[in-house]
Amino acid sequence: MTALSQLTAREALEELALGRISSMELTRACIQQIDRLEPGVHAFITRTSEQALSQALAADTLRAAARQSGQPVPPLLGLPLVVKDILALSGVRCTCGSRILEHFVPPYTATSVQRLLDAGVVVLGKTNTDEYAMGSSTENSAYGRSFNPWDMSRVPGGSSGGSAAAVAARMAPVALGTDTGGSVRQPAAYCGVTGIKPTYGRVSRYGLVAYGSSLDSVGAFGRTAEDTALLFSVMAGHDPLDATSMDVPVPAIQLNGDASLKGLRVGVPREYFIPGMQPEVENGVKQAVKQLAALGASVREVHLPHTEYALPVYYLIAPAEASANLARYDGIRFGERKDAEVMWDVFYRTRGAGFGPEVKRRIMLGTYALSAGYYDAYYGQAQKVRTLIKRDFETAFQSVDVIATPVAPTTAFRAGEHSNDPLAMYLEDVFTLPTNLAGVPGLAFPVGFDKAGLPIGMQLMGPHFREDVLFRTAHAYQQVTDWHKRVPALAQ
Amino acid sequence: MKLTLAEVEHIAQLARLELTTAEKELYRQQLSAILDYAARLQALDTSGIQPTASVLPPRSVLREDEPRPGLPIEDVLRNAAQTDDRQFRVPPVLE
Repeated sequence: MTALSQLTAREALEELALGRISSMELTRACIQQIDRLEPGVHAFITRTSEQALSQALAADTLRAAARQSGQPVPPLLGLPLVVKDILALSGVRCTCGSRILEHFVPPYTATSVQRLLDAGVVVLGKTNTDEYAMGSSTENSAYGRSFNPWDMSRVPGGSSGGSAAAVAARMAPVALGTDTGGSVRQPAAYCGVTGIKPTYGRVSRYGLVAYGSSLDSVGAFGRTAEDTALLFSVMAGHDPLDATSMDVPVPAIQLNGDASLKGLRVGVPREYFIPGMQPEVENGVKQAVKQLAALGASVREVHLPHTEYALPVYYLIAPAEASANLARYDGIRFGERKDAEVMWDVFYRTRGAGFGPEVKRRIMLGTYALSAGYYDAYYGQAQKVRTLIKRDFETAFQSVDVIATPVAPTTAFRAGEHSNDPLAMYLEDVFTLPTNLAGVPGLAFPVGFDKAGLPIGMQLMGPHFREDVLFRTAHAYQQVTDWHKRVPALAQ
Repeated sequence: MKLTLAEVEHIAQLARLELTTAEKELYRQQLSAILDYAARLQALDTSGIQPTASVLPPRSVLREDEPRPGLPIEDVLRNAAQTDDRQFRVPPVLE
């Protein structure tokens, strides 16, 4: 039965449609795989197995009734999914990886999750994350770190490390994550799966607990570009509950067996191949670009000259927005409270006790960048340089359709390696931050393995609202390669 | 950029964060290093460049001002540390 957990989402949906498997069988297979591997991988904060089995039963019942009546069924009916524990699912606690929300049960559901529920998914649980999505390794979770299924001494990346590890370990075919500076793409690369960060404003942020509001995106993981596109297509589109959600049509993403990339213009920016990066990552990505060329794409060099400034810009803007967003945790309306005689002391004590070290660090940094006397020099200047970074992309996309780069300078690093040096940890995001600052979409997928057997990820970036080009390119690559089909030994 | 302990305490006060002595010293060192790194932005000439607060085109988002049901009060209050008669209960604001 465990073999069912190896199916991709598309394969599983085909088997379900043909009546060869039931959602109950599929969901049980995933739950068995989680039972077997979760003690080691620790992908979850909260599991919802019982709820999942009743959703699966309902899905099977609906499918049987539809077969009788000849009615169509929702597109993802009976498909198991895991959800990062920073997206609200009504009635299930949402911790954001933080002690301060240990017992918080949202009374509403995020739009992204609701659209998937409406499409028929079965939710297996809420996955581990760095506290408030602040981190690149999932080590900053108050509920313990997650482990990389390819090598348990390594991190799965972060902040959506639980979701990426779950998909890599075949605990679920697909997962939801969020990406503010690389939190879908970097864990996808470290775990050898495919992950999409959509255009800013493409997927509603309603019900996504806010970190950096001008940067946050809801994204998806799968083991193939095709599976990732399935989730994206269901989630994308205007939502009146999010004022930053854009009313832009979502094209049907047509992915067929055709692997030709004839006519596609691929840009490779010199600025993303930096001294000190792992040579195997550089070689792996360059080989993958050659493969795109072999499929008919034309490759040319492009320039994104302000790339080196993305890191300092991000680590001023994101903490500034975070310090404002996290001001709401005062212990009054929700969250753990530390009592005191007067209200001001409740605030100090609640926040001092409830937030972990990285969250406090970013609140402090952001508060400083926004404070009187420093605002212009730090926050104001960062916003102006953000304009320059955005213009870099606008210029580049005048001559190419897609930009190909590494996802991160290295493969998955060892747990604890960057624990005492926040700046070294921030450098892991150096290639993923620019897309969030510019608001463009990015897709990560595996293009090889290093000597240690760890996955190497490539990133494709596209113009605003052109996720379809990213999916088509990665899908073509996955038609002629099998990196994405490799399974970590423990998950076989 | 070397932050002083007094500056760290001032920021913590603005952010309403209770910090231990060890945390204050740790953040003093780490924030100083991060701000040093961020100082490279000062070298860029940004005169005449408009700041980007959002990548979206500036626009007003309006909706019809019509009453509609909110969340059930019991569900919302369930997450509060202390409630009293369908309200949030807080300690005294004034001493």
